[in-house]
Amino acid sequence: MSIRLQNIAKHFANTQALEPINLDIHEGELVGLLGPSGSGKTTLLRIIAGLESADRSPQPGKILFGDRDVTNVHVRDRRIGFVFQHYALFRHMSVYDNVAFGLTVMPKKRRPSNGEIRARVFRLLEMVQLQHLANRLPAQLSGGQQQRVSLARALAVEPDVLLLDEPFGALDAKVRQDLRRWLRRLHEELNFTSVFVTHDQEEALELSDRVVVMSNGRIEQIDTPEALYRSPINRFVFEFLGDVNHLEGNVHQGVLTCGDARLNVDLPDGNEELLLRPHEVRLAEQPSAESHLPVTITAISPVGAEVRVELEADWLAKPWLATVRHADFEQLQMRRGQRLFAHPRQWHRFPNAESKVTEQSRVA
Amino acid sequence: MRRIGDAPAVRRLLIGAALLLSALFLLLPLVAIFAQAFSQGVMVFWANVSNTFTLHAIGLTLVIALLTIPVCLVFGVALAWLVTRFSFPGRRILQTLIDIPFAVSPVVAGLIYLLLYGRNGWIGSWLDTHDIQLMFAWPGILMVTIFVTCPFVARELIPLMQAQGSREEEAAVTLGAGGWTTFRRVTLPNIRWALLYGIILTNARAVGEFGAVSVVAGAIRGKTNTLPLHLEQLYQDYNAVGAFASAALLALIALLTLAAKAGLEWRAARQEAFL
Repeated sequence: MSIRLQNIAKHFANTQALEPINLDIHEGELVGLLGPSGSGKTTLLRIIAGLESADRSPQPGKILFGDRDVTNVHVRDRRIGFVFQHYALFRHMSVYDNVAFGLTVMPKKRRPSNGEIRARVFRLLEMVQLQHLANRLPAQLSGGQQQRVSLARALAVEPDVLLLDEPFGALDAKVRQDLRRWLRRLHEELNFTSVFVTHDQEEALELSDRVVVMSNGRIEQIDTPEALYRSPINRFVFEFLGDVNHLEGNVHQGVLTCGDARLNVDLPDGNEELLLRPHEVRLAEQPSAESHLPVTITAISPVGAEVRVELEADWLAKPWLATVRHADFEQLQMRRGQRLFAHPRQWHRFPNAESKVTEQSRVA
Repeated sequence: MRRIGDAPAVRRLLIGAALLLSALFLLLPLVAIFAQAFSQGVMVFWANVSNTFTLHAIGLTLVIALLTIPVCLVFGVALAWLVTRFSFPGRRILQTLIDIPFAVSPVVAGLIYLLLYGRNGWIGSWLDTHDIQLMFAWPGILMVTIFVTCPFVARELIPLMQAQGSREEEAAVTLGAGGWTTFRRVTLPNIRWALLYGIILTNARAVGEFGAVSVVAGAIRGKTNTLPLHLEQLYQDYNAVGAFASAALLALIALLTLAAKAGLEWRAARQEAFL
């Protein structure tokens, strides 16, 4: 079932939680709403669910599920599944009763027989691999297990759309990874339309078909994870999607200078701020004709596929972060206190908030 | 390592003092009530308890308690629901208003009701022209009893419902449950112990209330005498055994209430330990 939002806005008292938003989510799509806290992503999700109502003035917005206008349809009749941030399992009911709840509260004529409910609940519990815990109470389960119960409970009523609020936020890294993969698989198997909220860019990029980046109640960009990472539309998106190094300085005749740092750039004269991702910084023992950026290593973290190196210098307001291949790391025999030269492979600039990114590549 | 104040002498002194004071101020009076009530034998005690006026007082007290509890129950749940599940202007003021019956002396409460609903009162004079008498009759007793006891249930529920939040109810609604189903199957089971506890407190207070009731009841023996009022009258009449017989009944109700409360707390603690 596709979801279409037209002109959805929301006020809380005097603050504008959402500016008028238009959003189309295709049938079978898995969409992540990504943004920092206070960006309005949870409010948007709750409005889709019907747990909050959108503003009626100045213009009433519209919410469509497929062809069905659900703007004024009550939550209980929207046929959604909602997974809450802290699961919100019914604490006094067993796992079985939690999952069965949505089926047992159906009006008599639609309600399946007891035997059928039982079969359906056990099918769902099997799917989330919890059939052996059917008689436990929620408090007796681990966080990951509770999350799976809450998913099974939401899916029991066969919703048109599945909405998830920070579904993995409260879990530790390993469990989160497993559950993400599992949700992705489930989504592909059952092919429902899902929208989830997260503040974790890695989670959004890994899980979603498309990501909606939000800040201050606005949609900044809607794109596939690759497109989003490759060509962020503005500085906010660029900075939100990963670690960023800043280089501020004055450009004069194609050379940007900042203290004793120099970098050849093909830009008009004036003040400039360039942005670099950690993997776009190459380290070497010598400066080059194009760049002279002396730095000192202050910290090294060799854990993972790449070595993370923290760099400081007089001309830097904030330390830089560079990721280096293990081979390069060993070749340069990097250690703390060592003085090296940074060479940008590529940099980005966002001259003003709205305009498109400018990139320049260097053969480093 | 020893904690501060953990010297054996200090410990014995403190425990001893606590036990001595409890015995002097709590246990001894309780024993004295029963000793006095039975001082002339079980037969005299029984004669006093089965006296028509005493029986009437017992009956009236129980009827008032039975009528008060459902009113306070509905009021308390509705109020707690309103205050914890909705935000509206005046919510904080409402939360403070709940405490008025606790803050005001019961005698003052009785007087206010007398002023408003008595024959010469603002509302009372209008009611009088329609031949409705509230004061110096059982409806008056019921009204002040409700006034005095109405905060108990709400006071028990509000902190609990605030702590639990409304997520489970939202979850129930997203699963298609209606308002009443949500309340019955999700809200009520979550608050049942606090609710029972509130009812026990309400009952204890409704049975034992003296101040407010004494102002509006008029103490007509066999008509508007509740057990505490009856007790006082007997005592004024120098019928010590009769007074203590009634006192023993009230004390018994209090002990049963305490036992029920302890039982509930024990159960709640066990349930938590089990989770």
